[in-house]
Amino acid sequence: MDFGSLLVQQLINGVSLGSIYALIALGYTMVYGIIKLINFAHGDIYMVGAYVGFFAITTLGWGIFPALLVSMAVTGLLGMVVERLAYKPLRHAPRISVLITAIGVSFFLEYATMYFVTPTPRTFPDVFSSAGITVGGFVVNGQQLLSFAITLVLMVILTYIVQKTKIGKAMRAVSFDTETAQLMGIDADRVISITFGIGSALAAAGGVLVGVYYNSIDPLMGIMPGLKAFVAAVLGGIGVIPGAMAGGLILGVVESLVSGFLSSTFRDAAAFAILILVLLFRPAGIFGKNTQEKV
Amino acid sequence: MAAMLEVNDINVYYGAIHAIKGISLTVDEGEIVTLIGANGAGKSTTLRTISGLLTPKEGTISFLGQSIAGVPAQEIVRRGISQVPEGRRIFANMTVMENLELGAFTRTDKDGIGQDYEMVFQRFPRLLERKEQAAGTLSGGEQQMLAMGRALMSRPKLLLLDEPSMGLAPLLIREIFNIIVDINQAGTTVLLVEQNANMALSIANRAYVLETGRITLSGDAKELAASEKIRKAYLGG
Ligand SMILES: Nc1ncnc2c1ncn2[C@@H]1O[C@H](COP(=O)(O)OP(=O)(O)OP(=O)(O)O)[C@@H](O)[C@H]1O
Ligand SMILES: [Mg+2]
Repeated sequence: MDFGSLLVQQLINGVSLGSIYALIALGYTMVYGIIKLINFAHGDIYMVGAYVGFFAITTLGWGIFPALLVSMAVTGLLGMVVERLAYKPLRHAPRISVLITAIGVSFFLEYATMYFVTPTPRTFPDVFSSAGITVGGFVVNGQQLLSFAITLVLMVILTYIVQKTKIGKAMRAVSFDTETAQLMGIDADRVISITFGIGSALAAAGGVLVGVYYNSIDPLMGIMPGLKAFVAAVLGGIGVIPGAMAGGLILGVVESLVSGFLSSTFRDAAAFAILILVLLFRPAGIFGKNTQEKV
Repeated sequence: MAAMLEVNDINVYYGAIHAIKGISLTVDEGEIVTLIGANGAGKSTTLRTISGLLTPKEGTISFLGQSIAGVPAQEIVRRGISQVPEGRRIFANMTVMENLELGAFTRTDKDGIGQDYEMVFQRFPRLLERKEQAAGTLSGGEQQMLAMGRALMSRPKLLLLDEPSMGLAPLLIREIFNIIVDINQAGTTVLLVEQNANMALSIANRAYVLETGRITLSGDAKELAASEKIRKAYLGG
C-alpha cells in the first residue's frame, strides 16, 4: 500500500475505534458533569455490557440488535444499582471517599464477573464480518460499519434527549446548579440515577461493539478502554457531551495513525501522551470552558 | 384564620455553626412581608429552610396547615412555594425560554403553562425579545427578571424573594419593586428578604428584623420605617 491509501485505511480504522471510545467517554463525562465524580468503575460497566451481549448471542441465540438492546437495558440498570448502593450514600462525603469507592466498585465488578464467568477470555461469535463494503478501493469491514452506525444513532438519540426532552433539560439543570434545579421541583437524586443509567447503557453498547470488533472478551477488558475513554473525555473537556464525542474520535484516529505509521507498541503511549499534553496546555479540554460561569 | 406560612421557633445549623437561633414568623395570605437584616444575619438561611434546601434541627414550619419541615425541596415547590434565590442563580448555559420551562417543571397543564409564559412576557417584555438568547448573556437586571419569571412559572401561592435589588442600579431597583407589588396584587403572597431596608419597608405590610440568627424587632412596616432604632441601624440616619 502506498502512503495515501494507508492513511485513508488507518483513518477508517481510527474512526470506528474512536466511536467506541466515544460511547464509553460519554458515560464518564455525563456522570462527571452531574456529580463531579470520575467513575473509575465505568470501564468495568462496559465489560459487563460486553458479557451480557455475549450471553444473549450465544446462550440465548439472539441476533446482534436484540442482544445490543438487552445489554444496554441490563447494564443501564446495573449502573443505577451501583449508584444507589455505592455512591448515593456518599453524596455529601468528601470527594476522595467517593473516588476510592469507585475504585472499590471497579475491583468488585471485575472479580465478581471472574467468579461467575471464569477469567478465561471468551470468543465473541462472528456476527457481522461478512457485511463489509468497499469504497473506492478501501475496505470498510462489517464490524467497522456496525460500530460507526450504532454510535452515530446513539449519539443522535442522546443529543435529542439532552437538548429537547424534559428529563434532558433536568439533567442539564442539575449538572449546572443542583440546588437551584431542586428549587424548580426537580428530584436531583432521580436525575442522577437516570444519568448513570444512560451512561452505563452507552458503555454497554461500546462493550458489545468491541466484542464484535475484536472477537474476544474477558473480565479485565474494561481497564484499558476505561482509561482511554477517560483520556477522551478529558481531551474533549470533561463534563461536556460533544467534547466526549469529539475526544473519542480524535483519540481513535491518533491511535490508528500511530499504529499504522510507527508501531502498535506506541499506541497506548500515544493516548497517555495526549492526556499529559492536554493537562499541561489546555486542562479544560477542547470544548471545555476555562472560566467558571457560576456565581 | 391560621396564617399561610407559620415558622415556629426553628433552629438551623451548618455543621457546628448555629445560623438560626429560634426564629418564629408568620405570613398571611395576600401580604408582603419583609425580612431585613445585615450581612450574615441569617436571611438566606431562613428562606432556604422554608424552601426545603435545609432542614431545621428543632422547630416546626407549616404551610397552608401542613407541616413542611424536612419535606424535600422539589416537593415544596409542588405545594406552592417558589423561591427567587440570592444572586439569581439562573441557568446561564441555557436559553431564556429553557429557564422558564424549567420553572414550570412541576406542571403538566400545557394550556396553563402557555398562558403563564404570556403573563411572564407581559410582565417582563425584555425577556420576550431575548427568548432564544443564552441566559448568561443577559444583563444583571434582566437576569433578575428571568429569575422572577422562572419562579412565577410554577404558579406559586407564596413567592420567596432573596435580595432582588442586589447589584442593580437605583432605577432598576424601583422597577423591580413595582413589579413585586404588581405580582402581589395579582394574588401572590410575598416574603421578601432585603438589605435595602428602605425600599423593602416601603412596599411591605409587615416586617421582621433579623440580627445574628435572632429576630430582634417585628411589626407594621410603616411603623418600623419610622422607628428611631431602625433608622439608625438600617436606613442610614
Ligand atoms: N454553607 C454554609 N456553611 C457554613 N456556614 C454558612 C453557610 N451559609 C451561610 N453560613 C453562615 O450562616 C450565617 C447566616 O448566613 P446567611 O447566608 O443566611 O446570611 P444572610 O442574612 O443571607 O446574609 P447576606 O445578606 O450576606 O446574604 C452566616 O454566619 C454565614 O456565614
Ligand atoms: Mg443572603
